[in-house]
Amino acid sequence: MRDLLRILSRFWRASLAAELEYRVNFVFSTLNAALGLVLGLFALSLFFQNGHAFDGWSFDASLVVYGLFTTFSGISSVLFVPNLSRVVEHVDKGTMDFVLLKPVDSQLFVSTRNFSPWGLPDIALGLGVIGYAARRLDVDPGHVPAALLAALLSLIILYSLWFALASTSIWFVKVYNATEVLRGLLDAGRLPIAAYPAGYRVFFTYVVPVAFLTSVPADVLRGADATSWLAIEVVVAVLAFGLSRAFWRLSLRSYTSASS
Amino acid sequence: MIVEADGLCKTFRVADKAPGFAATVRHLVRRRTKDVHAVRDVSFALEAGEVVGFLGENGAGKTTTLKMLTGLVKPSAGRATVVGHTPFARRRDFLSAITLVMGNKQQLVWDLPAGDSFRIHAAVYRLDDRDVQRRVTELSEMLDITDKLTTPVRKLSLGERMKLELVASLLHQPKVLFLDEPTLGLDVNAQQTIRAFIRDYNAQHGATVLLTSHYMADITALTERVVVLHQGGLVYDGSLSSLVSSFVTTRQVVIKLRTPVDGADLAGLGAVDFHGPAELKLRVERDALQPTLAQILERLPVVDLTVTAPPVEDTIGHILKTGQSSKRVDA
Repeated sequence: MRDLLRILSRFWRASLAAELEYRVNFVFSTLNAALGLVLGLFALSLFFQNGHAFDGWSFDASLVVYGLFTTFSGISSVLFVPNLSRVVEHVDKGTMDFVLLKPVDSQLFVSTRNFSPWGLPDIALGLGVIGYAARRLDVDPGHVPAALLAALLSLIILYSLWFALASTSIWFVKVYNATEVLRGLLDAGRLPIAAYPAGYRVFFTYVVPVAFLTSVPADVLRGADATSWLAIEVVVAVLAFGLSRAFWRLSLRSYTSASS
Repeated sequence: MIVEADGLCKTFRVADKAPGFAATVRHLVRRRTKDVHAVRDVSFALEAGEVVGFLGENGAGKTTTLKMLTGLVKPSAGRATVVGHTPFARRRDFLSAITLVMGNKQQLVWDLPAGDSFRIHAAVYRLDDRDVQRRVTELSEMLDITDKLTTPVRKLSLGERMKLELVASLLHQPKVLFLDEPTLGLDVNAQQTIRAFIRDYNAQHGATVLLTSHYMADITALTERVVVLHQGGLVYDGSLSSLVSSFVTTRQVVIKLRTPVDGADLAGLGAVDFHGPAELKLRVERDALQPTLAQILERLPVVDLTVTAPPVEDTIGHILKTGQSSKRVDA
């Protein structure tokens, strides 16, 4: 464990040092995050004009979903995007060799090597929105630990999906676009699952469990009866993570490394 | 034996696509592939502390063999054993005991000074920071690069980067060094420094080195023994000098002339490699050397005359191209 922390702290410090060479980025990413949030909230409020509401979801409850979405996309920008797009680059350029030669778990290495601070404003704003909505919903503090667990499981699922997709680059080499497809799909997590027509709901729950990722933690937080969903999420998270590992190992067997 | 390759084979399935737009469209819809036998049935072994040159043309299978020995690529058939491990299992003990340096790929963080990359290596290899510091000092002194440790990597020259890559690759004191074209694209001075470094490092640490290079000077300066691949198969394993001497049945005769001579004067004196007004280069069969030299001295206005074996580069180049060598050498 101490070794792991030492590795992570060295990884992230080096990434930060490299990123901070471009300090102006911070201003832009903060502006970008704030602007995105304002527009997103405005779009969300449009759904609730004229007393309209999603089935079982008030505006404030939907705000929790939106806050979770913003936080998750922030975490994606901080860790998932910079690392997993690097996997594609490693395969493309053959520098995956260096990763595989290191005496650490290669999945851990490629998943954590980079850290981009530019998603931090999203995380801060997202958490702010969740806090604000939770106060207005008068959330029972007793629900918070279970909601945190649900959010963690969602992150594991999100990571596993992303990682499995990045692993396919070992076979198909340039899948830069595939990660964009997933990012597009994740946008579905902006709204509560109830906002979608029945067919979409099935798709976003069972095929690409994205809407599910934000709706379940939000349900748990506001105390809606979500025990069975939480149980399902535990199973999905364990399965997804296990599969992402198996998938990585499988794909490495086909790794041929770009030639000299 | 610290490194053992036993019947190693690697077959790649690669896309088979004709050029042109129509072929590209066809290829998009229906992929045709063909099998390429990059390495076939290669066996050799290295003893601890040996420095061995690994020779072959581009595409002869050197890099693929190195990748199988370092656990990057899974052999299609055969077995590899390195420091007692099967490479592809990539056990921690194995990875901590080897290193692979590739002249065409780099791992130092581009935007940061090399020192930051070294700190990451220290954590990844679970090394003590003080030990690492000592080693960085030692290695960078050997490579004459101490003043570049704090400069961002992107601002360094190719040679400086390569030296720092070597430092990074050796921080964990590997027992076996796989060096794939470590001097690629470097100027003569940098090549010499790296060559001297590899020699000193081997002498001081007793590390085993398997080295590929397209610069024969690297090979002749560092290795006694060479392993030669041709089209994926092993064609020679033995000493460099006997490879060259047994292959070479001719001698080069360089003659300085007082006055120019005609082409007709050279009839029967061997093959003419160069014919200038003041200099001649002839290739003469070793067995015919004595009578031919007598003829030359008699017929030509000779100022000076030297007899040498042809340059090693030419000989090796010929061997690599034809794959011809093993039978002659074993005899």
